[in-house]
Amino acid sequence: MSTQERSRKKPLTRAMRSDGEPLGIKEYEMSGGYEGLGKALRDMSPHDVIEEVTASNLRGRGGAGFPTGMKWSAVPPDDGSAPHRYVISNSDEMEPGAFKDRILMEGNPHQLVEGLIIAGYATQSDRGYIFLRWAYGRSAQRLKRAIEEAYGAGYLGHNILNSGYSLDIYLHISAGRYICGEETALLNSIEGKRAIPRGRPPFPQVCGLWGRPAVVNNAETLSNVPHIIRNGADWYRALSLSADGGTKMYAVSGKVKNPGAWELPMGITMRELLYDHAGGIKEGLKLKGIIPGGASTDFLLEEHLDTAMDYDSVQKAGSRLGTGTMIILDDKTCPVGMVHNLERFFSRESCGWCTPCREGLPWVEKMLRAIENGQGHHEDIEILEEHTRLLRPGNTFCVHAPGAMEPLQSALKFFRADFEQHIEEGRCPYK
Amino acid sequence: MTTASIHIDGNAYSVTAGQSLLRACLSLGFNVPYFCWHPALESVGACRQCAVKLYRDEKDTRGRIAMSCMTPVTDGMIVSIEDPDVRKFRARNIEWLMLNHPHDCPVCDEGGECHLQDMTVMTGHTYRRTRFRKRTYRNQDLGPFVNHEMNRCIQCYRCVRFYRDYAHGRDLDVFGIHDSVYFGRHEDGVLQNIFAGNLVEICPTGVFTDKTGKRHFVRKWDLQTAPSVCVHCGLGCNIIPGERGGELRRIRNRFNGSVNGYFLCDRGRYGYEFVNSPSRVRQPLRRDGRGEHHKPLRSEEARALFADILSRKGRVVGVGSPRASLEANFALRALVGPEHFFAGMADTELALIQRQIDIMKIGPVPAIPLGKVATCDAVLVLGEDVTNTAPILALNILQACRNAPMARADALHIPRWEDRAAREAAQQVKGPFFLITAHDTWLDESAELVFKGTPDDIARLGFVVAHFLDEDCPSVAGMDGDRTDIARTIARSLGQARDPLIISGPGTGSGYVIDAAANIAWALRKNNRNARLSFTVPECNSLGLAFMASQAVDSALAAVERGAADTLVILENDLFRRTDKDRIIACLNACKHVVLLDHLMHGTASLADLVLPVGTFAETTGTLVSSEGRAQRFFQVYAPQGDIRPSWQWMRDAMTVRGTLRGASWRYLDDIIAAIAGEFPELQPVIDSAPPGAFRIKGLKVPRETHRVSGRTSIHADTTVHEPKPPDDPDSPFAFSMEGYGGKPPSSLIPRFWAPRWNSVQALNKFQSEVGSDLVGGDPGCMVIEPNTGEEPVYRQSIPEVLAPSGSLVPVPLYHIFGSEELSMFSSSVAGRAPCPYVALNPRDASRLGLSNGDEVEIAGRWRGPVVLRAGLPEGIVGVPSGLPGTGAGITGGRVDVTKVTS
Repeated sequence: MSTQERSRKKPLTRAMRSDGEPLGIKEYEMSGGYEGLGKALRDMSPHDVIEEVTASNLRGRGGAGFPTGMKWSAVPPDDGSAPHRYVISNSDEMEPGAFKDRILMEGNPHQLVEGLIIAGYATQSDRGYIFLRWAYGRSAQRLKRAIEEAYGAGYLGHNILNSGYSLDIYLHISAGRYICGEETALLNSIEGKRAIPRGRPPFPQVCGLWGRPAVVNNAETLSNVPHIIRNGADWYRALSLSADGGTKMYAVSGKVKNPGAWELPMGITMRELLYDHAGGIKEGLKLKGIIPGGASTDFLLEEHLDTAMDYDSVQKAGSRLGTGTMIILDDKTCPVGMVHNLERFFSRESCGWCTPCREGLPWVEKMLRAIENGQGHHEDIEILEEHTRLLRPGNTFCVHAPGAMEPLQSALKFFRADFEQHIEEGRCPYK
Repeated sequence: MTTASIHIDGNAYSVTAGQSLLRACLSLGFNVPYFCWHPALESVGACRQCAVKLYRDEKDTRGRIAMSCMTPVTDGMIVSIEDPDVRKFRARNIEWLMLNHPHDCPVCDEGGECHLQDMTVMTGHTYRRTRFRKRTYRNQDLGPFVNHEMNRCIQCYRCVRFYRDYAHGRDLDVFGIHDSVYFGRHEDGVLQNIFAGNLVEICPTGVFTDKTGKRHFVRKWDLQTAPSVCVHCGLGCNIIPGERGGELRRIRNRFNGSVNGYFLCDRGRYGYEFVNSPSRVRQPLRRDGRGEHHKPLRSEEARALFADILSRKGRVVGVGSPRASLEANFALRALVGPEHFFAGMADTELALIQRQIDIMKIGPVPAIPLGKVATCDAVLVLGEDVTNTAPILALNILQACRNAPMARADALHIPRWEDRAAREAAQQVKGPFFLITAHDTWLDESAELVFKGTPDDIARLGFVVAHFLDEDCPSVAGMDGDRTDIARTIARSLGQARDPLIISGPGTGSGYVIDAAANIAWALRKNNRNARLSFTVPECNSLGLAFMASQAVDSALAAVERGAADTLVILENDLFRRTDKDRIIACLNACKHVVLLDHLMHGTASLADLVLPVGTFAETTGTLVSSEGRAQRFFQVYAPQGDIRPSWQWMRDAMTVRGTLRGASWRYLDDIIAAIAGEFPELQPVIDSAPPGAFRIKGLKVPRETHRVSGRTSIHADTTVHEPKPPDDPDSPFAFSMEGYGGKPPSSLIPRFWAPRWNSVQALNKFQSEVGSDLVGGDPGCMVIEPNTGEEPVYRQSIPEVLAPSGSLVPVPLYHIFGSEELSMFSSSVAGRAPCPYVALNPRDASRLGLSNGDEVEIAGRWRGPVVLRAGLPEGIVGVPSGLPGTGAGITGGRVDVTKVTS
């Protein structure tokens, strides 16, 4: 495959500069930027745009993998009863192990802006928000500049490209809580309320922001949209090795030789990702477990390495693709310590709304800390297992706690001997 | 409403479709535990305690766990409450809540009536498995009413949902996240919302408890209770006072779906301590001459002296009381004769209340029950500062304001009981609520449109609204364009509403305002049979008293002044609150005898020759008529100590001694009630407002003490080792005892809410026909005004003229929930919240008069106070606080000059 050919297959990242600076508007336009927007506004109805995105099999990159076109089509037609409809980029990337959105926003902020405008057009929204993680200062600067440039070039504001369509985009810097990444908590947060998830129905597309329709898409999801519109759904689907369309920002962290993030065809195997791109495990260490999609996904084992990294295949293997950002556990790192680290995060980030999450996660965290510190009791394992069964979707208000239970339940299954050894020896055998 | 057939643990039930499954289960009598849900606050799905299992169909054997509060009832649904999985989940949920809940029940004021205790026992969680430290919080001083103990919090979010969403308070909020969520103020300080006391009942455990009760704490099971009615305003909210050892310990809400529902205001909840006040008159007092100190005398001597005074062939007049029962007032009326009986209020006030009664009687717009105000979808308040004169009415108006914006939730098919989603859909949209008052009020920010003006301005605007609604209403000359537009907007909104409500009252002192309200309501009625009226009254029995008298205090004093009277018998009244101070002193001095029957020492008491100690609402039984015309019986909670007796008994005995008066034959309270009904046919329903004294269930009385009361045989051990015989009570169906009928009595006789497995206030669920609706057997109380809906009303024609501009100001009374009501100011917690006397001026008026903040001024030669600048007061008005202790009667009507006092 020629370099050109390969780069065509990396629509999200191919145009990015090698010096780490962001693409300015001119560079972005040179790379075909805003052509998708022009095409959508000029040649396509909002309905056509939604059809195209639906046909592309683009699925939400925030972790849940919900088909994007379907999400958009749930927005009711504008009956004009009240002003404002909203499109929102969920750029509140806080999943431990995930840093893919940051790469896209820092390297090619216009791509996200264009995606958001097209999404706005498709859903006939007049207001857009980029809800950005507070810690992403560089992304903030670059997105701010990109938005200004887009206004300057007539891609934003009143009557965009003389199409009659108007959209304003606001950059909203989050105050910094993991739960703000949950789309309904995000909406509450923009409204100035506590970041507590909402029940569904009503879905945000119907009653989202300030009582009006709102569509929330992950930043990576939206970054795909300009390319789908410019090159067509067939092209986009063909980028993928699986039924899910397009490429994916994959990443690997942990004790590997070459940790990092790469744009790769959707559905490459975990083995390729780990060995061909991340360079395999560091010398002297062995692979013990893999968290395939960010902290709230189940551990997999070496035997799962040939699983394709797409939504359905990873699920079939017993975990979730999630954000596609893999964390590697090696044989010299304590799995109890690792899970404790994760649960400390989830426990701290519980919004405090529902009982099982607010009270259950801290208890889990305390038991794991006790086990790791050599103060575990045998009953703790039973109580931990009970939590993995009780903190289920439906039992809890949102999926924060169920997500937190995924690495724990698989760790208890795959690394149970480690837990027991901690308790029996009254110490962490890895220290 | 459609009916759904649902299956719960194998049995079929027919319930209303679309409601939440939790509400349906509770209404069916199932014990489904819950915390965050509350019948008035509805569902948010936070606590996860009300989990049940739902099954897809009959073949589904696994089912899934779902929160019943978040699940709408649908036809054919299959539910299990008893499934082992879901039972276990509920027990584990309690275990989670208990991880941080301190096991301090023995020293917690909630213990024994704690919803968390009840639910914990209900789920079967018993032993703790955690070994980790509990988190602790710093508690706050929230002021005199509510105690804060955050360590007990189980984060159900009810407090903030009530305080912020329901009661529109701002200074209580939720802070922090994960397992250190904190409910409190941003810093220590007095909770500002006037409904804050409800936190005590809203909180399912001991975070918010009654701070006044803490000073004399008694467990629920040791309290002697009886159904009662609040005496601190005219709305007639139902209450449950609790006593032990001769001391009134607390007030709890007594649900009445037609009146107060679930909530009380803080004056009603905390005003009770006047009963225990050091200012109580506990024995008869006499003074031998003017200027002498009072000396106690024995009861028999007092009785003889009272009879003697009456028998001296003096010219006796009686002054009744708007804060005394119908029975007490009627006894006085019988004692002195109807022509010598005067209502114990200013004559102008009596005229206003009788004007309201006339309007209510003529119909065709009926007075709305307080409990139905929240169902209205458009509200106009004309003149009355309901926040301070009828607080629970204000709370209900806030709920009514939500109805129109809720149409947005309805359109999105969001059930209104799904509280967060429904509020999200409705956003901060304001419903059609119009507020026309003489000054800024707390409700202003909730109103769609606010107008401020003098009482005459208010009336004139009201007349214009009526005219827009019906051209047959008199038109108003000389209205400016702005006001005409305001009137047109209001008329349009009211005209479009499904259930419009017009609220007014005597607060401004203007009869025109009341007439204008009547015209609006009548004009609405022409096109909308749902139109409703609501008139407030100042005191707990203002309306009842107005039925019995045609003259009032000023006329009584005039009788003394012209020599037509030389003996004054005053019932439960401090005349200094009614009219001019110097005039009262002169009249009292001119009388040969002044007899006062009252329970508190006040200005009038100190000038009376004979003071007879009478029971308060907690120590007597009687009937009050609320502002909507509802006769309600309050029952004696405990037998008073010493010489305290019900007013009517002192008077009955005096009549017995004289032997010639009709009251001499009254043995029981029911005899007076029968006499009242005989004399005033429209008060006939008073008989039915509660069962008579002879009422028995299975031959038994209803016990005032609980089945679990402790120390019965030992509490008097310091004086006797025998158990004393409990006092008799021939006047009510209640016994001063733990023995009696143990089942549920009729709704008007419920002494407390308590049911097996439900020890907290939430036991109320078991007393309602459906959870959240009326009490089983109907809400207590009987209406004494049945509007004549057949009669065509004649529009009021008299419209106030526009007065020529002048340098003088229009005086307007300013009411204070804490301060303006007499009795509650004898309660230290309430008194601490009251303002000092002041004079409110618009800053521009003040500057014109050369006055600034704090300047001592005098009005009409009889009112003094420092100037307080208040931008919310329109120009041309001077605001004078009403009813503050020692300040005498208010100033209303006409114009006054405000002059600086230089000394």
